[in-house]
Amino acid sequence: MQKVYSKIESISGNVITVTAAGVRYKELAVVGTRYGSSLAEVIRLKRDEVALQVFNGGRGVSTGDEVRFLGEPMKVSFSDNLLGRIFDGSGRPRDGGPELTDSMIEIGGPSVNPAKRIIPRRMVRTGIPMIDLFNTLVESQKLPIFSVSGEPYNELLARIALQAEVDLIILGGMGLKYDDYLFFKETLEKGGVLSRTVFFVHTASDPVVESLLVPDIALAVAENFAIHGKRVLVLLTDMTNFADAMKEIAITMEQVPSNRGYPGDLYTQLASRYEKAVDFDGSGSITILGVTTMPGDDVTHPVPDNTGYITEGQFYLRNGRIEPFGSLSRLKQQVNGDTRPDHRAMMDGMIKLYAAYKESLEKKSMGFKMSTWDEKLLTYGDMFEREMMDLSVNIPLESALDKGWEILASCFEPEETGLKSELIAEYWLNKV
Amino acid sequence: MINKVIGVSGNMVSVEFTGEASMNEVCYIITGGKKLKSEVIRIKGNVADVQVFEMTTGIGVGETVEFTGELLSVQLGPGLLGQVYDGLQNPLPKLAAECGFFLDRGVYLSALDETKVWKFTPSVEAGAKVEAGEQIGFVREGIFNHWIMVPFHLDGVLTVKRIVAAGDYTIKDIVAEVEDEKGDLHPLTMVFNWPVKRAIKSYAERLKPSETLITKLRIIDTFIPVAKGGTYCIPGPFGAGKTVLQQVTSRNAEVDVVIVAACGERAGEVVETLKEFPELIDPKTGRSLMERTIIICNTSSMPVAAREASVYTAVTMAEYYRQMGLNVLLLADSTSRWAQAMREMSGRLEEIPGEEAFPAYLESLIAGFYERAGIVRLKSGAIGSVTIGGTVSPAGGNFEEPVTQATLKVVGAFHGLSRQRSDARKYPAIHPLESWSKYKGIIDEQKTDYGRSILFKGDEVDQMMKVVGEEGTSLDDYIIYLKSDFLDFVYIQQNSFDPVDNAVEPERQQYTYDIIMDILTAKLNFASKEEARSWFNKVRQNFLDYNGKKWKSDEFNKLEITISQLLADKKIGVEADAEFLG
Repeated sequence: MQKVYSKIESISGNVITVTAAGVRYKELAVVGTRYGSSLAEVIRLKRDEVALQVFNGGRGVSTGDEVRFLGEPMKVSFSDNLLGRIFDGSGRPRDGGPELTDSMIEIGGPSVNPAKRIIPRRMVRTGIPMIDLFNTLVESQKLPIFSVSGEPYNELLARIALQAEVDLIILGGMGLKYDDYLFFKETLEKGGVLSRTVFFVHTASDPVVESLLVPDIALAVAENFAIHGKRVLVLLTDMTNFADAMKEIAITMEQVPSNRGYPGDLYTQLASRYEKAVDFDGSGSITILGVTTMPGDDVTHPVPDNTGYITEGQFYLRNGRIEPFGSLSRLKQQVNGDTRPDHRAMMDGMIKLYAAYKESLEKKSMGFKMSTWDEKLLTYGDMFEREMMDLSVNIPLESALDKGWEILASCFEPEETGLKSELIAEYWLNKV
Repeated sequence: MINKVIGVSGNMVSVEFTGEASMNEVCYIITGGKKLKSEVIRIKGNVADVQVFEMTTGIGVGETVEFTGELLSVQLGPGLLGQVYDGLQNPLPKLAAECGFFLDRGVYLSALDETKVWKFTPSVEAGAKVEAGEQIGFVREGIFNHWIMVPFHLDGVLTVKRIVAAGDYTIKDIVAEVEDEKGDLHPLTMVFNWPVKRAIKSYAERLKPSETLITKLRIIDTFIPVAKGGTYCIPGPFGAGKTVLQQVTSRNAEVDVVIVAACGERAGEVVETLKEFPELIDPKTGRSLMERTIIICNTSSMPVAAREASVYTAVTMAEYYRQMGLNVLLLADSTSRWAQAMREMSGRLEEIPGEEAFPAYLESLIAGFYERAGIVRLKSGAIGSVTIGGTVSPAGGNFEEPVTQATLKVVGAFHGLSRQRSDARKYPAIHPLESWSKYKGIIDEQKTDYGRSILFKGDEVDQMMKVVGEEGTSLDDYIIYLKSDFLDFVYIQQNSFDPVDNAVEPERQQYTYDIIMDILTAKLNFASKEEARSWFNKVRQNFLDYNGKKWKSDEFNKLEITISQLLADKKIGVEADAEFLG
């Protein structure tokens, strides 16, 4: 039962209204304009007045254009045919391949019953010491990378995607620069993982509203793979663009803004996406790595702030390195007890010394006298930054721990490190 | 009566009704063969705006709505303890058994097990005069006698017409019949409903909270205590440890019943509580912690309107157990999410916004919620209490925002978490100088004031040292700084992963605080700053080990002697400002 209406009552920004009957909330419609057709979603019903957000944007829509209601909410095809494919923000092929229409699933489904979740227990190895050693990523974790424009956050995502031991990778791009999209495509292709990757990419040149669908589509597909026992890694970049698109629609709809123009439900909206990260009792899992660029490098900006309250930690990417301060993996305690006996002690010990190095550095810049201890710390800090923090370092956790002992041994006497004597007895390298 | 949907916007639906509708009445929207629970939140002419406790996808104009005439209520009766509910009292494990992985909408299950048999013992006889909230019998629920009470909504003096003999009954069996003053008969089962947004007032009088509620966290019990029947709040930026603090409190607090309301927070954290509590043993009773716990869990991705209801559901259950003369602790994490839920609805209703778009009535609702805490003398003379501890998640970690400010006005204690302290791995990251409490703690106030003054002066010296460096600081000032650092390190900070240190009994707190006072008040003789620093390092190391040893064990005693010897070496008298302490 498809209903067609040919009179659009109002057009404001990306929102149009039509007078129609029998329409349901969140139902999809196709708006046919002379520049091509676009999907639209019902976002408000008021008696017979129906408001829709047009995913291709309001530009060029005419009051005489046709609106055809499809009678069902947004759906996406789910099958193994998705693998290796690239789609745009509304789920249409971007790679020239055929359109998929088999076994359609609804997006933005209900949340998982907490009673069916299990406590995460498997580490995701990335080969990056600042993650593996200091803030271990755990399967089913939701974790954003907090960064600013210009930082290599997409490179970091791609690297983690290549090295993480997962069954499937789903990339959701929102407002992605075209170059970055090509970069992801090439990197994953070269890494030989394209055949187990699905792309849902909305680029910066696409209409803004279309990015709103990306997380829901990507996560709905991920959820279905996870139920079928797959371990899925979902990459979402950049969630700030997603939030900005929501802001745009909210303001067009004349909603009362809460903080810097963002709608009052920003927290709920972000949470309903991030909370899709899950380890199913007796089945697969979804791990979400997102990127949140912080406008003006301000962590109190509503998007990173709300995100921080939702996610299980965050990685700060600054000056091309993952900062040890502020970065946090809330789930690391679940896994770092069973890796190697020195893991936890090294994790805290090395960071404490690095913090002391920062203090010495500050003292030095203020012109205070450097003691021999300060000098030692300065050497240590330098080595730590070069051999641990640098993103080009790519070694497994065990080698990173060995490297850590090597750095400590070349800078300090054992008792200066504050590490337990039993660990020192076992791991300290004897200097010749 | 025909009631029809005429508008949908987010989780708010407008309904045109004929006949009558009342505020906060529950109604069901019938769509796609499912009934979606909703609550009336505004009435204008013949249009009611209702908030839907489920996702609204697929609702269409013209669909039918059923009004129930009932306010949003919870079921109260034996079997609540140990349960895990969503914000509307749906039992989540049962729901999982029925629906699988996802929370399907429109599925509502009975909150209490209707087939379970309870051993009922009557405590009144036919002919007795009773009032609402008074006991007519009891069943054994875990470690408590669960009172079967006259429902709170029955007015006046009632006469027991009939009561069953002791024996086995389910919650659906009628156990008594009472007659009210008008001569109407009311059959009573072991359960009844109560509207969540109305406080239960069936008690004789409300008392002033005066007894300390022991949390076994040193900084709280000693410096910023909580009282039984009192209220406190924990504001803090993300990552400062609010939730861990709540979890530790829910394990260790000396109360009878703990109700955890996970309101709009991460599901993962609830799962930890869910899976770990049944395994943890309460040292006081020797039984699983779950037996004294109820979890109300409406995590951030569950529908937002039910989040608003969840704190009320939790506090109603707390009041119910208080009516049995028990001490109940309600931990709400986080009240900001609850306030945000109200903000979302207020926005949909297009109300004129207050500060940061929160509704103008935010303050009165927050006050109303915390006012449901309290210690009361029941009609039977027994004392029961509800203590409320709420976390607040201020935007940007800035306490100058409406929810934190409105909360601070009404609570009795403020435990402010600091990002600086959590970054420095100083846990619990409660700021000892900014936080306050109006309640009485377990240690003489003169002594805690002295400790606090050392912290304050130490902080000043620390600030100064950042400018003039260590070499520009006098030895006396430096010693004050070391003393304050010492107090912070060995007493205020506490290791929640250490099997001994994670929960410290009040006797031990009082005992060790006296030893610390000896050190803080001592006039110490040092030749140089280096000597002072290394002496404090030594004492600190011994004290940390001491904190990790079992109370009054041999090792504990040995370390205590070492510490007092270290002190004797350097002590040459008592500081002038501490002489009044004797």
